[in-house]
Amino acid sequence: MQALLHQLLSGLANGAIYASVALALVMIFKATHEVNFAQGELAMFSTYIAYTLIEAGLPYWVAFLITLIFSFVTGIGIERLLMRRIQGKSQLTAVIVFIGLLVAVNGLASSLFTSSIKPFPSPFPSQAWYGTTYLSPHEVGMIVVTLVVLGIVFAFFRFTRLGLAMRAAAENPASSRLVGIRVGWMLALGWGLASVLGAVAGMMAAPIVFLEPNMMGGVILYGFAAALLGGIDNPWGAPIGGFMVGVLENLAGAYVVGSHLKLAVALFVIVAVLVFKPSGLFGRTVVVRV
Amino acid sequence: MTAEIPKATIAGSRPIRLGRPVGPPVLLVLAVLAPFVLSNYHVFQLSQIVVYAVAVLGLNLLTGFTGQLSLGNGAFFAIGSYVSVILMTRFGVPYWLTPVLAGAVCFGAGYLFGRSAARLEGLYLALATFALATAFPQILKLDRIEGWTGGNQGISITKPSSPLPSQLSNDQWLYFVCLAMAIALLVIAWNLVRGRTGRALVALRDHPIAAATMGVDVASYKSIAFGVSAAYTGVAGGLGALVAGFISPDSFTILLSIQILVGCVIGGTTSLYGALFGAAFIELVPDLTKKLSELAAALDFPALSLKLADSSPAVLYGILLIVFMMVMPDGLAGLVRQVRARLARGASHVRT
Repeated sequence: MQALLHQLLSGLANGAIYASVALALVMIFKATHEVNFAQGELAMFSTYIAYTLIEAGLPYWVAFLITLIFSFVTGIGIERLLMRRIQGKSQLTAVIVFIGLLVAVNGLASSLFTSSIKPFPSPFPSQAWYGTTYLSPHEVGMIVVTLVVLGIVFAFFRFTRLGLAMRAAAENPASSRLVGIRVGWMLALGWGLASVLGAVAGMMAAPIVFLEPNMMGGVILYGFAAALLGGIDNPWGAPIGGFMVGVLENLAGAYVVGSHLKLAVALFVIVAVLVFKPSGLFGRTVVVRV
Repeated sequence: MTAEIPKATIAGSRPIRLGRPVGPPVLLVLAVLAPFVLSNYHVFQLSQIVVYAVAVLGLNLLTGFTGQLSLGNGAFFAIGSYVSVILMTRFGVPYWLTPVLAGAVCFGAGYLFGRSAARLEGLYLALATFALATAFPQILKLDRIEGWTGGNQGISITKPSSPLPSQLSNDQWLYFVCLAMAIALLVIAWNLVRGRTGRALVALRDHPIAAATMGVDVASYKSIAFGVSAAYTGVAGGLGALVAGFISPDSFTILLSIQILVGCVIGGTTSLYGALFGAAFIELVPDLTKKLSELAAALDFPALSLKLADSSPAVLYGILLIVFMMVMPDGLAGLVRQVRARLARGASHVRT
């Protein structure tokens, strides 16, 4: 029973990472109807920036903040320089460009930072009052940080004019343009925010999976699974899907398939959702009019 | 008298061009003569190019002609390699037959995968195949099938030896085996895209709804295209195992799928002979970066040399994927076509 509870709770902790990645994917999908295959690699790159800053002697949270700003600017830059040029082209083009971005960022990280595995510090002490027998302080911290970030993102979209404008631009670009919203910049802001979410996920995941250029390979796969399970066009579904696949991963790893097949679990979730319920648990079913 | 079908009607906006009559024979003569003037290592590389060309051809049939994107063809390459090697080592099947059987197995696997994914639109198919390719090495390492797959260690085979040892070295012989299969597959692909099936597939790519209205069975054509693509990739996997003499799960990571995609995009997705350009590119570029790094070391730029040696060809792959999709969506084959068209126009200009 205790073992089961432990697996459940640490599944929730992993789920926190998947929730952030999934929300980042959904944000970009809502705005552009594209899936950002490079989301994980961008997060990995941000984590290396954080590592470099920490190694240079900056306190963790200062490095954390600078990394978020860096990710925000990079996200906007990528949208402005690259992604706006492929708008209106075929989906095939978009997917291949994303894959190109994935490969290029991965290669860049290997050549800038070498591909050796590095330990990444956790901002939370290894012993703390909030650590329990079930969850380490880092895992508790991970869940709290993710919930705080998700809360900020939702508040931003719900209660600010800018958030409203961004939602409008994603929902109906033509009308938004007519009421004076600069749709292009809203998309760029969305990319910036998605990169920030990815960076948070990367920095929270790195103490567990260790820092290396391929660290996000498994995480992004679970992020896809989470986004699809929650419904890829539903921002509320994404975090729920994230926590669900996190728990599922741990339970399946502990009791069903063993830890060597964790990626296959994600593959199974992705294929199962796509085949049986492509709109996910909370997504809108899209009906195409011929 | 058989009337020539205007080529443009087959592919709609993008005409299918299968090369001028002069091109193929010249290329064939070069391909046959090359192994007699090259060193054994270069013959090995040439065999690799032929293997990659078959795999890229498989993806071209799916992506270029059907408009479905697979990021997971590396998984079918892996299945082909493993089936081939297991048939050879466990069942004593003659080596030249194993790639064919591997292709048949992959056709089945691809057809089933395509059937369940037939409802999916491009983006979701890309997601599902991406997941397949990422998870596949883990599946190959599975304990329960370790007796068959050799687990992490993989399996080595003794490379088949030449039946004419005095005239041909083993590498040369293997190259000709690969070349013969590749030519057979190219001819099949040619007939496939020019026939009824090809027209149906192109119609599905360009206007799925219209195609369905005209009586094209969308689900089954899509699954067949997926199966054929997987079969080509599987044959390539079988041949690749013969050429390399060793397989292990780590040779079939997502990078392999991406390499095949790079070959497809750079060669030109809608060109059959473009597969050759793409294959040559993915085989030769990593070598080229290594050569450049050695050159930099020789010229006393140790820092640059280290940088080049350390950076995998990944950065270049990624940048080229993006640049080609934006600037040259028809790849090198498209470039050749344009240059040729311009030359033809120039020539006619001179005459008048």
